[in-house]
Amino acid sequence: MPVNPDYAGRAYPPAGPFEVTREQLAAFADAVGAGSPAHRDPEAARAMGHADVVAPPTFAVRLAQECEAQLVEDPGAGIDFSRVVHGQEGFVHHRPITAGDRLTGTLHVDTMREAGGHGMVSTRVELVDAEGAAVTTVTSTIVVRGEG
Amino acid sequence: MSDLTRTVTVDRERLVAYAAASGDQNPIHQDADVARRVGLPDVIAHGMWTMGAALEVVTDYVGGDPARILSCQTRFTGMVVVPEGETVEVLVTGVVKKVDEAAGTQTVELSATCAGEKVLGRCQAVVRLPGTQA
Repeated sequence: MPVNPDYAGRAYPPAGPFEVTREQLAAFADAVGAGSPAHRDPEAARAMGHADVVAPPTFAVRLAQECEAQLVEDPGAGIDFSRVVHGQEGFVHHRPITAGDRLTGTLHVDTMREAGGHGMVSTRVELVDAEGAAVTTVTSTIVVRGEG
Repeated sequence: MSDLTRTVTVDRERLVAYAAASGDQNPIHQDADVARRVGLPDVIAHGMWTMGAALEVVTDYVGGDPARILSCQTRFTGMVVVPEGETVEVLVTGVVKKVDEAAGTQTVELSATCAGEKVLGRCQAVVRLPGTQA
């Protein structure tokens, strides 16, 4: 099933809010082997000038993926998740994510087309804080492998 | 400042931990039967695990303050295959590609290989070094 090119340019309603906790940040840091005390020790994080423990640089994928689910699970989009290969991922940190943040994410579908028998889907999630200030921009490209 | 070379390791247990921590419960990262059914050789690591693990050399490079990593990106160019009961090594090396003295930033390019195959491509992070202001 091809991806639906009509979805290009679409934006979804904000998802969340996502509460960021010390436990989430420590578990993510442990899983990727991130050793900095700034991920786990509030005093160490404050000594670096942060309000609380700081997220590892790719932690925002956890929140972005929840936003992206709106597209992936949308039957009209034509994305067969069992055929998805991750192509690219990028993060722009407008400010660090720290424990205690309450973030919402708006999903934008930047590219959605068929190319060479495969579906190409590029998305962008804009994460903002409770005041609406930009926190992280997460970009992702997936390839939906064609049949055959 | 630290050396931008490191070997990181991954096993099935770590993938289960990463799945829980990241919310990515795609079974191809935990269940060999599912992985083989979709044409993979075995369970493969989450690409995002590899990216996250590789970036740890950059966090060290900037003195342990993750907020000094302003942006990072990668392409996924190969698979890290993780057979049951094995510990798989990924070799990460980094080089400073660009220094922007006016902005106080550096661009670090990372390479990650597993079993001789390049698994991350165009993996870059833009960092602000200690002693420089925004």
